[in-house]
Amino acid sequence: MDPVRLLAIARKEWIQIRRDKRSLALAFVLPLFLLLFFGYAITWDVDDIPIAVLDQDRSSASRELIEAFEASGYFTVMEHLESASDVGIELIGDVVLGVLTIPPAYARDLAAPGRAAEVQLLLDGSDANTSTIALNYADAIVARHGARVALAGRPAQLPISLEVRTWYNPDLESRHMIVPGLIAVIMSIIAAMLTALTIAREWERGTMEQLASTPVSRLEVVLGKLLPYLGIGLFDVAVTVSAGMLIFGTPLNGSVLLLAALTFLFLVGALGLGTFISAAVKSQVLAMQIAMVSTYLPAVLLSGFMFDIASMPVVLRGVTFLIPARYFVTVTRGIFLKGVGAEVLWPQATLMLLYAVLGLTLATHAFKKELQA
Amino acid sequence: MSREGWRLSWLRIRRMVAKELRQLFRDDKTKRVIFVSPIIQLILFGYAVNTDVRNVTTALVDHDRTPESRELVAALTASGYFRVVIRSDGPADLGLALDQGRAVVGLEIPEGYAADLAAGRAPAVQLLVDGTNSNTATVAQGYAARIVQQLGARVMASAGGAPAGIDLRARAWFNPSLESRVYNVPAVIGVIVLLMCLLLTAMAVVREREVGTLEQLLVSPLSAGELMLGKTLPVAGIALIQMALVTTVALLWFDVPLRGSIPTLLLAAALFILAGLSLGLLISTFSATQQEAFLAMFLFLLPAIILSGFLYPIDTMPELFQRLTLANPLRHFLEIVRGIFLRGAGLSELWVQFTVLAGMAAAGLTIATHRFRATL
Repeated sequence: MDPVRLLAIARKEWIQIRRDKRSLALAFVLPLFLLLFFGYAITWDVDDIPIAVLDQDRSSASRELIEAFEASGYFTVMEHLESASDVGIELIGDVVLGVLTIPPAYARDLAAPGRAAEVQLLLDGSDANTSTIALNYADAIVARHGARVALAGRPAQLPISLEVRTWYNPDLESRHMIVPGLIAVIMSIIAAMLTALTIAREWERGTMEQLASTPVSRLEVVLGKLLPYLGIGLFDVAVTVSAGMLIFGTPLNGSVLLLAALTFLFLVGALGLGTFISAAVKSQVLAMQIAMVSTYLPAVLLSGFMFDIASMPVVLRGVTFLIPARYFVTVTRGIFLKGVGAEVLWPQATLMLLYAVLGLTLATHAFKKELQA
Repeated sequence: MSREGWRLSWLRIRRMVAKELRQLFRDDKTKRVIFVSPIIQLILFGYAVNTDVRNVTTALVDHDRTPESRELVAALTASGYFRVVIRSDGPADLGLALDQGRAVVGLEIPEGYAADLAAGRAPAVQLLVDGTNSNTATVAQGYAARIVQQLGARVMASAGGAPAGIDLRARAWFNPSLESRVYNVPAVIGVIVLLMCLLLTAMAVVREREVGTLEQLLVSPLSAGELMLGKTLPVAGIALIQMALVTTVALLWFDVPLRGSIPTLLLAAALFILAGLSLGLLISTFSATQQEAFLAMFLFLLPAIILSGFLYPIDTMPELFQRLTLANPLRHFLEIVRGIFLRGAGLSELWVQFTVLAGMAAAGLTIATHRFRATL
């Protein structure tokens, strides 16, 4: 490998990138844009869920329960219903997400020893996400309220107390979870969008012949093409990390150096894979689609960035082990939030090194200078 | 235009469509990608997008080792929400397991738990939660609190005949098991269709320009309108076929109910596809290279997904973002699709969304045609 030729290819690629000014601008703007969108728009903290109440008991006990719902801040009572026949209309009308029904015997059952009073919550299951959250809130409110009523007039407290301590992200801020994970997603997009086109473009435009007639070797072309994108990618990460820390206050508890080194590894692997796709399919539209399905989507869906891997079906859980972004999300969260170092992250680091080597090898092998193929 | 003129125009459009289809399907790889990738995406999304929290990995330190402490652990694991993966004696192992990510929660039951419980001294059980995934952490914490509370109430009721509290009976309409999949899969259809519309049309014109064949098209007798139709009709057809394909998979594989009518769904799809196509064409007219078109598409697509109510609830967004969602065709289409699939809603309930979507399609097509003429 000749460093002069390598740098010449890198320079050529850079000139080409620079000439397409709007693409370059987009490559720099996109990460910041994504960070702001994800950071500001997404939160699962549902509150003020609109519900209707059907109080058939009309006792002070039933009013206390309704007050407990309202006082929690999670629910807003929009309407008090008169009869059970209104319940269905409310739910289909899409005005409320749920209807709380307190049956006539509520106060009596509540006071009876050993007997649990029953209340009913009807939810609009067509919005499963919000309904699940609402159900959890309602459960917690009812359990707490029930315990308070049961203990009223007794000196004792609840028989078991649960002391919860939350590590790493004590306020359970979803932003702190998103920012580190987003770095992996952004890099997957950058890699998919930039490198997937780099070789296919040469084929489509017919400039591959010129490249083929030069004395450069395959590895030189692949590495030379990667270098400028590596630069863009690292710059994007730096911007995202600083913006995450400055705008959203995400703490960086671990070592910056380790983060940089592992980011570099991941980026080489992702770019290598993008180049491999580009060299293998030779058409830009096709390369983009494949790159998206094979790098971007898994990075968003299967990396644990947003969706819990443990809740997935077994087969899919197995597939996540093949997704490099999974390891990288573990690394970024580990370094950012947990503040752990190489002593914990070495398995991930090893696998990412393997991935980088594999990406480069695949790209070099798939890239053929021969014109007929 | 005379009848003969119309006939010739139609002939030219048909030729153009045939050329486009041939170009698109010239190699098997493209064919495969166009028809297989939506299905892969549906399956990926269908299984991975899951906001239900289950099998939370748990590290356990039980200092007490009594039937009572085992009952507490059993209550947690029997719920299906927690799965004990590590048992150990040293409290330090809990922290290590969390550091290494081998467990998300650590449970420590103190020595004398059973004795304290019997004596009414309220033993304190420690729960250590990894907050890096705030979502899972919040839900897991809630589950644990509820389970412990219920166990406590049971212990108390059996001991002293105290009231057993309140029982919440929840029932969900339209989706009784509150499976997030039933909610998400219909929405995935919308996302996939939008993606394909954008991808194929955004590239359609840029590629001709980049490869240099646009000039050949311009010197042909095709008018701008015919050219546009020739470019968009094949994509609209492919998008409709993909929609049918993905819907079939959703119904058969994921068992998502389709309670509404198929013609209504088709009408919505047609309007949505028109809106998507015009957006793709707009991007195409603004871009000089395929790479730029691709980046621009992403710049539009990602916010469109975030602001659609697909994965993230709209109600919790800040006011400004909530208002932005109103300009998003995907949001309206998802409301229609979910309404038709899950609630069996029809035109009478969804006419607002239909009107908005139709308006967007009309406006989009007008602007796109205008831009298209101007750039040629």
